[in-house]
Parts: sequence; C-alpha cells; structure tokens
Amino acid sequence: MRVEYVGLSEINGPLVVLDGVKDVFFEEVCEIILDNGQKRFGRVIMIEGEKAVIQVFEGTKGISLENVHTSFQGRPVEIPLSKEMLGRIFDGAGRPVDGLGDLFPDERRNINGMPINPVSRKYPRSCIVTGISAIDGMSTLIRGQKLPIFSSSGLSHNELAAQMVRQAKVQDDDSEFAIVFAAMGVKNDTAEFFRRDFEESGALQRVVMFLNLASDPIIERILTPRCALTAAEYLAFRHNMHVLVIMTDMTSYCEALREFSSSKGEIPSRKGYPGYLYSDLASLYERAGMIEGIPGSVTQVPILTMPNDDITHPIPDLTGYITEGQIVLERSLEQKGIYPPISVLPSLSRLMKDGIGKGFTREDHPSLSNQLFASYASVQEARSLASVIGEDELSELDKKYMIFGRRFEEEFVKQSIDENRTVEQTLDIGWQLLSELPKEALDRVDTALLQKYYSDEEENEIRQR
Amino acid sequence: MENKELIIRSINGPVITVLNGSSLSMMNMVHVGKERLIGEVVGVNKDYAVVQVYEDTTGLYPNEPVYDTCSPMSVKLGPGLIGNIFDGIARPLRDIEKLTGSFIKRGVNAPSIDEEKLWDVEVKAKDGDFLSGGSVYAETEETELIKHKIMVPPTLSGTVQNAVSSGRYKVNDVILELKSETGQVSKLTLSQMWPIRLPRPVKDRLPMLKPLVTGQRIIDTLFPVAKGGCAAVPGPFGAGKTITQHQLAKWSDADIIVYIGCGERGNEMTEVLEEFSKLKDPKSGKLMLDRTVLIANTSNMPVAAREASIYTGITLAEYYRDMGYHVAILADSTSRWAEALREISGRLEEMPAEEGYPAYLPSRLAEFYERAGYMEVLSGSEGSVTIIGAVSPQGGDFSEPVTQNTKRFIRTFWALDRTLAYARHFPAINWITSYSEYIPMLSPWYEKNFGPEFARYRMKISSLLQEESKLLEIVKLIGSDVLPDDQKLIVECAKVIRVGFLQQNAYHELDTYVPIEKQLKMMKVMIRLYEKSQEVVGKNIPVSQIKNTGLFEELIRIKYEVGNDDLSPLDRLEKKIDDKLNALIAENQA
Repeated sequence: MRVEYVGLSEINGPLVVLDGVKDVFFEEVCEIILDNGQKRFGRVIMIEGEKAVIQVFEGTKGISLENVHTSFQGRPVEIPLSKEMLGRIFDGAGRPVDGLGDLFPDERRNINGMPINPVSRKYPRSCIVTGISAIDGMSTLIRGQKLPIFSSSGLSHNELAAQMVRQAKVQDDDSEFAIVFAAMGVKNDTAEFFRRDFEESGALQRVVMFLNLASDPIIERILTPRCALTAAEYLAFRHNMHVLVIMTDMTSYCEALREFSSSKGEIPSRKGYPGYLYSDLASLYERAGMIEGIPGSVTQVPILTMPNDDITHPIPDLTGYITEGQIVLERSLEQKGIYPPISVLPSLSRLMKDGIGKGFTREDHPSLSNQLFASYASVQEARSLASVIGEDELSELDKKYMIFGRRFEEEFVKQSIDENRTVEQTLDIGWQLLSELPKEALDRVDTALLQKYYSDEEENEIRQR
Repeated sequence: MENKELIIRSINGPVITVLNGSSLSMMNMVHVGKERLIGEVVGVNKDYAVVQVYEDTTGLYPNEPVYDTCSPMSVKLGPGLIGNIFDGIARPLRDIEKLTGSFIKRGVNAPSIDEEKLWDVEVKAKDGDFLSGGSVYAETEETELIKHKIMVPPTLSGTVQNAVSSGRYKVNDVILELKSETGQVSKLTLSQMWPIRLPRPVKDRLPMLKPLVTGQRIIDTLFPVAKGGCAAVPGPFGAGKTITQHQLAKWSDADIIVYIGCGERGNEMTEVLEEFSKLKDPKSGKLMLDRTVLIANTSNMPVAAREASIYTGITLAEYYRDMGYHVAILADSTSRWAEALREISGRLEEMPAEEGYPAYLPSRLAEFYERAGYMEVLSGSEGSVTIIGAVSPQGGDFSEPVTQNTKRFIRTFWALDRTLAYARHFPAINWITSYSEYIPMLSPWYEKNFGPEFARYRMKISSLLQEESKLLEIVKLIGSDVLPDDQKLIVECAKVIRVGFLQQNAYHELDTYVPIEKQLKMMKVMIRLYEKSQEVVGKNIPVSQIKNTGLFEELIRIKYEVGNDDLSPLDRLEKKIDDKLNALIAENQA
C-alpha cells in the first residue's frame, strides 16, 4: 500500500516541495493527482532530510498547495520497451499518443541508461554511404558515430536529415535497421514533414517517434532524448538492429535545461546555461556506439540550430567537443541556391580516417578529400583577396582557384534532393574538379595517386587532336 | 574510531550531506549507502559532513548508512598497472566488464591491481639491511619493457627482518618486515597505498636539461618541452588536440605514458586501447601498451570521478618516476576537469569567480602542474614527470579562465588554430602564438647532440615565418604580385617550410614519426634553398625563374619520399639545389 501525501509546502516554477516524506529515493518518480482528477508525473531531484524537491514534467499550472495528492512510485523514470515500438508514436515522456493503446512491455529500463564501458566498445569502422557527396566525400558518416548537423533557422537541415535517412546504407550488409526519431520543441509542421517523408519512403514501420512539440511541456523535453536513446539502445543491443537516431532540435533541449536550472536556483555559467551542460549533453551523445560481440549499433545524427548562426555559442560549442565531428550548414550557400548547403571547411568527421580508403571505399579517398579541403581553403583566401583588389587583378593561380571554388560548390556540393551518388561518382567528380588546378598545386596527394587519377585537361586535348 | 551512526541527510546530484558527520576528516574516503558507493568528504561542520559521490546517486534513500574508511582517497600501487585501463578512481575497467557486462553499473569494488597473479620476484634486500623510504627491495618484470621496482613506502624506514627469498609471489604476499628505530614493525608486500591528492616526496628537484623527443617536427624543433616540464595544448574542437596527444603518446621517448581520458569520448579510449595493443614502439620494438597506463573517465561517466581522475593519473606517474623512469602524462582534457570542479562547486553553493568557476581554480591547476618535474628520487636515481595537458576553451577563445590560468603554470604552449585545421594543416599548431620557454635550458643538449647548426636553423626558420606573417598582411590587401622579389622569395620559402616541414601527416607511415637527425637535415635543405635563392635574387633574377626549377615542389615532397633510416637523398638534394641555381645564374649572365 503506497503512502499518499496530501498538499504541498511550496511551488516554484516547475518545482514543488513536499515536506515530511519518508522512504523516498533520489530520482524516484511520483504521481501527482489534482482534485479535478488530472494526473501529472514528477521526479525527485533533491532530498533534504524529510523535504523532497519534485520536478513536475507537465508543469505546475493549476496546482495549489492544497489541491493535490502525491504518491511515490518506487521506481526511477523508466519506459516500457518492446519490439512492437517500431511504427509507433510516443509523447516526449514515452507514452503512446497514436491511439493504439499501451505497449505490452518486454522490459522496462531506466531512461538515464548506463555508460558503456570503454573496454567493451567496438571502435566504429564501417562507413555509411549517404549518397551525398559533401558528406561521403569529405566528412564520411560511420556506423556507431555521433555526427550532428549544425544548422540555423531557415536552412534545409530537415530535408538533409530526411535525405540521409532515405539513402543511408552500408555496403554489403543486410541486417535490420531502425530509425528512432526524437523531436524536441519543434513545430508540428516539422514533425509532420518527417512523418510524411518516412511514410513516402516506406520506412514508417521501422520508425519509433518521440514527439515533444513546441507547445508541449518543457520539462518533459528533458526526458525526450533519454527515452529515445533508451529505445535505441534496446533495439540495437537487445535486438541487434542498426539504429539511426535523429534528434531535433538540440537547441530547444538545452533551452529547456536552462529554464529548469534557473528555476532550481543554480549558479549559471556562460549565457545562463548551467555549468553541467557539457556533462548533460555528453550523457546523451555518448550513448552512440557499438559493443564488442553485439551486431547492433546506435548512430546519432542530432540536429541543432545555432543561435544567431554563431558556432561559438555554448550549444554548438559543447556539442562539437563531445561529438565525433559535425556537419555545418551555411546560410550564404543556401542563398546561392546550393542544396545541401554544407559548408565543407568547418565540417569534419573524426571517425572517417579509419573507415575510408583501401578496403573500405577507394584507395584515393583519404588523399583526395585532404586535397579538396586544402584547395578549397585556398579558394577562400583567393576570394577574400578578390574582394579587395578585384578578380581581374588576381594571379593566374588564384584565378584558377576562383574557378575551382565555383565548380566545387556547383558540382560537388550541390546535388538534387533525390540524387543518390555512389562513392565512386563522388570521388570522380572530385578528381575532375582538381583538374582545374595545376599539378604543382596539389601537395597533399602523393605522386603515384596523382598519376593514376589526375587528368590534365590540356594534355587530354592535345592527345585528342 | 567509533562511528556515531552516520546517515544520509540530503541528496543533490553527486553531493550528499551526512548527519552526525562531524567525526569525519576532510578528504577521507567513505562508502555511501547500502550499495557502498565510493565518496570523498569535501566539507565538515558541527552537524553534518558534505560528501561528493563518485558514482550515480539515483536510487539513494535518505537515512541510508555511510561508512567511514578512516583513510584518504588512495590508490593501490604495485605491479600490474601497466597495460591496464582504469576509471577515474583507479578501478580496472576490464574487471568491471567481467563483473557487470558491457555497461558500467554502480557500487562495483575491484582492486586496482590483480591480487591473484603470481609475479617472478627477485628480492634484493636481506635481513639486517637498513632501508629508508624509497629504497628498492625487490624487482619484477612487469612487462617486457618495464622492470617494476618495489620500493619502501616514502614514510617508512628501518632494518629488514624475515625477508623471503626470490620466487613467485602475489601482490599482497609479505616480502619482508621492516623494524623501525622505535621498534615498530611494518610488513611490506609488493604493493603500497598512496593518497592521490598528496604528491609523493622526492629528494630534490633537478634542472630540466633534456627535451622530451616526440618525433613531431614543429614540437621538437620550434617548441620543445623538457623532460619534467609542462605543456598545454589549447584548441577549439576539431583542431586536433586529441590527435596531438595520441601522437605524443605513441612517439615520445618517455619510458612510461600515462594517458588520462578526462571527460572525453568513449570511442577515443577504445581507439587508443586497440591501437596501442597492436602498435610497436620504434625504439624497443615492443608493444606500446607495455609502457602505457590508461585512465578513462569518459564524458558520460560520473562527474565527481572526473575530478579525481587527474590525481589518480599523476599519482601513478609519480610512483613510476620514483623507480627512476621518465614518465609523460597526457591529460585530455584539463578543461573537463575544471568543469567538474565547477559543477561540484556549484552544488556545494560556493561563491563563484569567473564564468562560474570556483575561486580556487588557479590554485588547483598550480597544484597539478607543480607535480611535474625532473627529480632526484628517494632512492637516489633520476626520474621525471612531464605533463602535457589539453585545454578545450569554450568557443576556441583563449581568454577564458582555464586557458589563462593554465598559461601561468606551463612553459610550453602549443596553440591550436581553427583556420589551420579547416585547411587541414596538421598539426594545427600556430607558429606565431605558440611558445616554449625551455629553449634556453635545452640548447646545450641540442648543441651537444646535433651541433651548433641546429639553433641557427631554428632561428632562421622562426624568423622567416615571422616575416612571412607580416608580409601576408600586405598580400591580403594588395595581392602578392606587387611584392619586391626578395619579399616574394620569403613568402615562397616560408610556404615550403609550412607545408614541407611544419605540416606532418600522422597517418603517413614515414611522416608520423621523424627523428631529430632528419628534422635537422630537412631544415638544412630548406634554409640552403632560401639562402642560395637569395643569392640568385641578388643578381636581379626574378623569383618566378627559381620557381620554374621545380625545387620548391620537390622540397615539399621530401617528407614523404625520404626514409627515416637513409638520409643521403637529403644531402644529394642540397647539392642539386646548388647545381640548379648556379646553372640559373650562369644562364642569366650569359
């Protein structure tokens, strides 16, 4: 028989304080029933003697010090899990909202998960081909990686993520895959866009959706990614599936965390975000990976919108320190009509080096991408010079860089929303573009590769004549 | 000590308060709750004590018991540490895996070293010998590379009695007894405990006269760090901090590497572990793991243990230093450690200083970095601890408190640069903002081993790079065509140095490690090209003609083409430069 506590002793934002409680443990879940029959959930976030501070997920609107009964559930925040989750839609706290009734759970797990022992991890090596040149060629996605998309409001990050989901495949591998989609504070339209896209590509039956929309309670938002990742881990490590987790928008999540932190009266650090933002984000992102001896994997593609397009803002900054690279979108490319607007230079995949090249993609891949990076960096220098002295005044080489730069954006980065390029196509385009530049300017490729792949257009023309 | 019942009063994340805790001593280790989570006392007052818990506190009830261990947070030191991987409070992760599977659960207690393994021990002391703290009384081969010396704990001394003969023993077997002057008898085994926050004593600090040779050109040549010195590697994300640390862990000539993954990625630790179990040390030909200790507190492991991981690491390093080894600590990243301090400090409701960091951040940093040094250890031999700390400044902004305070306690600064990293110039160490204060102390060593030329080339290279950076300011505004020929030459030669020398490919077989002899010759060829070209330009021959000789490109490629064993192609290249440029002069004069 559970003890029920009547009334509260304090309400402060999303937090309520209960006095005189006994036998309550840290992070325990409680049910708060209002006099009008409304049910809310909360969890214990601080205990001081007989005083417990409870965070109410659905907010404290309508709660008074007298009109509630609280009972503790004797368990931490858990969600029910089963393979039946595929194809279902849940709210931000893991309750079904698609009207198909409750799940018959196979097991229940604490949504906080547990850290993977670094000794048990398997280092990710198999690359996922997304069919998008700027990603496959320059910042390859690896199975088991966490690779966020740094975007800004108004850019086509959703389209890009959807295209990645549609096209992503690992060469010669037919194991089961699943997608876990977590929406945090996004508009209804965005969630609907993804749902429709999954439906059209026929993937809906392999998707688990967790939706905490912009109008939903903010505290629940803190649970959403944890529920999603718990489901992902369950599918990956229990049912051996390859799970791709899309989380959007991490910025809303961090803002929810900030709101919650300030209501607790914590000392803020940069821009008002709590000092533990790094640890908190890490507790999400680090849940990607592979485990030795288990075929499944969790790959994460979180999406975040950089406030004011600022990559040094704490959210993208701390994310970049945790994740294994990032794909950065840029407004000026979008304005030039380039889709996907991937800004190649600041984008990076840290795991790429071990998943490309001979035996994985093609022998020339590492040197080629290195050379493209270096040459495209020189394009930026040439451009900034051109903006001062005018393009006509540039040296011969710089003029070539200007042409290379334009073609790189138009032919390599740009592709249509349903274009699915193979790695070979991507690499070949890369070599074609490098042919714009004189051989001497290609200092990142060793001589043997250069001979094999570099075709000097002038030489070709002469030969044809 | 009689425990008046210690019970949990309040819980707030990793910080709990303990009722009746006034009997606890500061920094003592306690076990919290029925699951016996490990914690440390960080504050005591009349009514209660404050404890930081090194594990997740979910599920903890108030009124659960707390047990005092009556000793400070300590780590067990003995053979079996090398090649192992530990969490922040020195629990071996491989054993934890055996106990709890692929995910780390709470309340696991495992000794840091294998207590069952038998070691071949050679006992050096015999009955009647007088031993003081730090003297070696036994030895065992810990790995193929490392001879583990069993030392008397620094605080003890006395006369040996009941020493066993050489043979096979476990770490907890008694090897001998030590009777002190006051008649106290201590039993010594193969292991000893040491509190992690207390520096192990040494006889004396010695001047740092030898560099830590790393095989990385920009480091060895321009910004060396001394054995026993401290260096910091600050940089925004993606600038290559971790790769720099990995390169140093692999190739530096320290005897032992302690790699602390402090609040970083799990996959990175897996990578180090995997790679080091395969890679061979270039000097000895033995596995790298045979000289490496790993400490992993990944970013999702409990934050309080992150704070401890740095101290655990340095304690292990000091222990091996006391045996007379040269140890290098690679801490990736000290910013995460500082953030852990901040988080705990916030929970303790301390008054914050800059950016929420506690006011004692500088003193903690100083305490840590001052544990480095080149020492005469208690047994009389020499050993050193070199600290290389990565710093992850928020937004890549070096003016933030951790970078700024770190700069006060280190003397080599390798500033990583985002622009260089975007252009994939690695290592992305900015040659203008980085510095090393060890150069004057190390110069005699370089001179003795590589001749006086080394210092001259280094000077020449850094002055060329300085001048180039000034010239590039002008080029940015008006283009390179308008520069006079002598300045154009500087720009061209500096480019050769940047691409051909400073840039180093960590994934290229030949280029990943370059011995100093080759570094010297590479510099020599490049300077030769510059000086000879100066002569050519002096005769009013345009730089474009020198460029057409193809010498610049050839020099850029030498790093991939000349092997580390046979440096003769470099001598030939020098001659080729002379020949070609002399020919050019002759052509123009004709």
